Amino acid sequence: MYSPHTDADRQAMLKTIGVESIEKLFECLPKENLFPDLDLPAGLTELDMLTELEGIAWANDTTQELLSFLGAGAYNHYIPAVVDAILQRGEFYTAYTPYQPEISQGTLQAIFEYQSMVAGLTGMEVSNASHYDGATAVAEAVNMAYHVFRGKRPKVILSPSLHPHYLQTIQTYTDGSDIQLVAHDQTNEISSDPDWLLPLIDDSISLIVVGYPDFFGRVYDYTEMARVAHDSGALIAVTVNPLSLGLLKPPGEFGADIVTGEGQPLGIPLSFGGPYLGLFATRQEYVRKMAGRLAGETVDNRGQRAYVLTLTAREQHIRRDRATSNICTNQGLMALAATVYMSLLGKHGLRQVAELCYHKAHYAARIITSIPGYQLWSTAPFFNEFVVECFLPAEEVNRQLLERNIIAGYDLGQNYPDLKNHLLVAVTEMNTKEDIDTFMEALSEVEDD
Amino acid sequence: MTEKLMCELSIPGRVGFRFPDIDVPPSPLPERMIRDDLPLPELSEIDIVRYFTRLSQLNHGVDTGFYPLGSCTMKYNPKVNEKAARIPGFSKIHPLQPIETVQGALALMYQLQEWLKEIGGFAGVSLQPAAGAHGELTGVLIIRAFHRTQGDLSRTKILIPDSAHGTNPATSAMSGMQVVEIRSDKRGNVDIEALKGECDDTLAGLMLTNPNTLGLFDENVEEVIQLVHEAGGLVYGDGANMNALLGISRPGDLGFDVLHYNLHKTFSTPHGGGGPGSGPVGVADHLVEFLPHPIVDVIEEGDELIPPLFGFVTPMKSIGRVKSFHGHFGVIVRAYSYIRIHGADGLRNVSEDAVLNANYLLALLRDTYHVPYDRDCMHEFVMEGRWPDIPEVHALDISKRLMDFGFHPPTNYFPLIVPESLMIEPTETESKETLDAFADTLKRIAEEANSDSTILTTAPHKTPFGRMDEVKAAKELVLCCVPDYAKHAGE
Repeated sequence: MYSPHTDADRQAMLKTIGVESIEKLFECLPKENLFPDLDLPAGLTELDMLTELEGIAWANDTTQELLSFLGAGAYNHYIPAVVDAILQRGEFYTAYTPYQPEISQGTLQAIFEYQSMVAGLTGMEVSNASHYDGATAVAEAVNMAYHVFRGKRPKVILSPSLHPHYLQTIQTYTDGSDIQLVAHDQTNEISSDPDWLLPLIDDSISLIVVGYPDFFGRVYDYTEMARVAHDSGALIAVTVNPLSLGLLKPPGEFGADIVTGEGQPLGIPLSFGGPYLGLFATRQEYVRKMAGRLAGETVDNRGQRAYVLTLTAREQHIRRDRATSNICTNQGLMALAATVYMSLLGKHGLRQVAELCYHKAHYAARIITSIPGYQLWSTAPFFNEFVVECFLPAEEVNRQLLERNIIAGYDLGQNYPDLKNHLLVAVTEMNTKEDIDTFMEALSEVEDD
Repeated sequence: MTEKLMCELSIPGRVGFRFPDIDVPPSPLPERMIRDDLPLPELSEIDIVRYFTRLSQLNHGVDTGFYPLGSCTMKYNPKVNEKAARIPGFSKIHPLQPIETVQGALALMYQLQEWLKEIGGFAGVSLQPAAGAHGELTGVLIIRAFHRTQGDLSRTKILIPDSAHGTNPATSAMSGMQVVEIRSDKRGNVDIEALKGECDDTLAGLMLTNPNTLGLFDENVEEVIQLVHEAGGLVYGDGANMNALLGISRPGDLGFDVLHYNLHKTFSTPHGGGGPGSGPVGVADHLVEFLPHPIVDVIEEGDELIPPLFGFVTPMKSIGRVKSFHGHFGVIVRAYSYIRIHGADGLRNVSEDAVLNANYLLALLRDTYHVPYDRDCMHEFVMEGRWPDIPEVHALDISKRLMDFGFHPPTNYFPLIVPESLMIEPTETESKETLDAFADTLKRIAEEANSDSTILTTAPHKTPFGRMDEVKAAKELVLCCVPDYAKHAGE
């Protein structure tokens, strides 16, 4: 389809090779089942394919068509036009990992900018060039902490209030190792303040992982937890919604050793769950233990400042079976999206969007809980997401609201049997006051039948 | 040519983007939780657009020129794929929406699972893994889980041929396995005797890249697989080189138990400067129950009037979840578009032309460069970037010199079993003229090596940047501009 060859080209090339037909090039393959007839639909032209695809897409209801208050780890934010315009530059998206720095300075300098902005946003000293998503980034943090202590501190405390997908991914990643996970299954404690984890910290713990905000939207100050962890020699990792850091104190300020997060809110489309962006930042002293790629500053032989992939000796292709992670391809283009987004919004814009989310979410929480039958589950501070306890199962609330083209939020009963009446509601700058008022009105008309 | 960093360009008070004013009554902020400063640049929209456009121009991409990076399959990335992934019905749906509102997305994922099963000859596919190495991890965890279920806790040994992909050893180690390397024989196949010596009751499996990183199809692949199976092990296929096999030979038919596909190689989704990729995993019948969740399936059969209802299911003995949500959907849409445009005949043509192009380049170059395993190759081949009588010239110098002629270098110094290796994968989307020009350039470089080797050892000359001081980068370790941010911004 995209091959430029004419039959004459093919014949000329075969002649040069010295074989009669292309089939002859496959003679060393097992004869049985060679050239199978694949049962696939016949190929289409671009025009027909797009028409068909648009038909498939039409069967989806988008966040433009629905009034959505769904978050739970992926958020509907406005993406400025500049972001996609830069992403569509062929020089960026059709290049690969910048192994040849002389002809890859665009990608390398962009990674350097990304590292700088992620470090600044999280209040950490170094950031890598990305992981697959928020879940795999935190799984790599667990892995890294284990290796920092060379396996001598085998336990990792995971707050059960982390995103359920993160907890599940960490379990899969650590299943083959000697790492022991602690506290992650104590869902009876999810309504407690995170201080309940403090007594669990001792010298067998390498890492404690908490959310900021946590899965339920709550924002806690972890200064005391970081102090207790450090006193016993353990590290503390914080998973963040990076957009909230436009407003909130960065984890570096309260002593976090590792900050991971889901970078999707920074200019990446919802796209049914991916590709997103795994953020990973840490302190300078752990840079050699960190997985993933790193761009570092140097000079070329003409004396020009330039960037290269550095500390590659940590990586899978050099250390082979002694590497602590196998990551190779990561989320380059998504990191570029986040870089452009953060650059464009800059110092003032990121603060502004974070404040919009904060104020709109608090307005929504206030008016929703003014309706009889709905109350806030927690009194803890929150950013743009909160839990509403409803007078009916959340599943039923969602069902009734969907009839009015509203997605009320995430039904927590899917993961926590005790929270079957609880909705996790997210509000962003995309939700106008009118939207929020419509939502409240719809909630007030939910019927118990 | 150095481009200033944004922290150096930043002007206090400059704004690049404005949001609407707040339309709700504000709430009090939790003062002690609020940050003081946000160390981000202050630039206007045009500053940002020009900055990133100029940066992009410092890159070589498939859209700018030939990119024969071995084992990376740098084929043309069709523009329509980009359009497809940006259809709002795909780009503006939330991963946790009720399934009734995302039936199109689920139908597309289901269809791609079915197509990948058919293309690879497998009974089940998970689209969840995010990249090739992530697919490998998933595959090895599946192998591990399979043996555990059989009560075979002692099977912890993974065999990896020395011609396998670089990520394989790290993957196995990450899964808690012990890695044993198996040498290649003189024809570039897995050494059968070496393999036999490791086939015991501690064997968990073999990770086989086929075609391997020499670009060669293992001539004994059926025997290799049979030996591993007889010893109770499973065979993992690294599908990074599937671009040679579409409609030619199905790994599942050959006896592979697990295989990962690289949608960003074989199925034309862009490499993005280092991702995002997508590494779906296909498995044979006996491993379907171990796939990571979620899998898309029909949860209510349809009839003449009502279409089937698609939803997510969790296989019975699933290894668990390997990432958030359901895989790289945006990449999945692009791969779907690619397969839909090609159909069965088109896909076979892809692999035929990929193999034709590689053999053509090999034929043009084998008299000038030493090809240590010289037989018909698949989609790529490996030659030595050195000549015994010119010891000062290395594969690296040849690579750097290629840049002066507008070519991206091949993969160099991999595979490790060929000294000074240059691994060349032209892909099917390159024309005869491009291949001729590339071969002519490599021949010219060989002449330069003879006549004036310093032009090679000091290359590149015509690129915006010259060779880098890698030692300085690793020693000084300047990884971001943030510590000096305030200073720079205030200047």
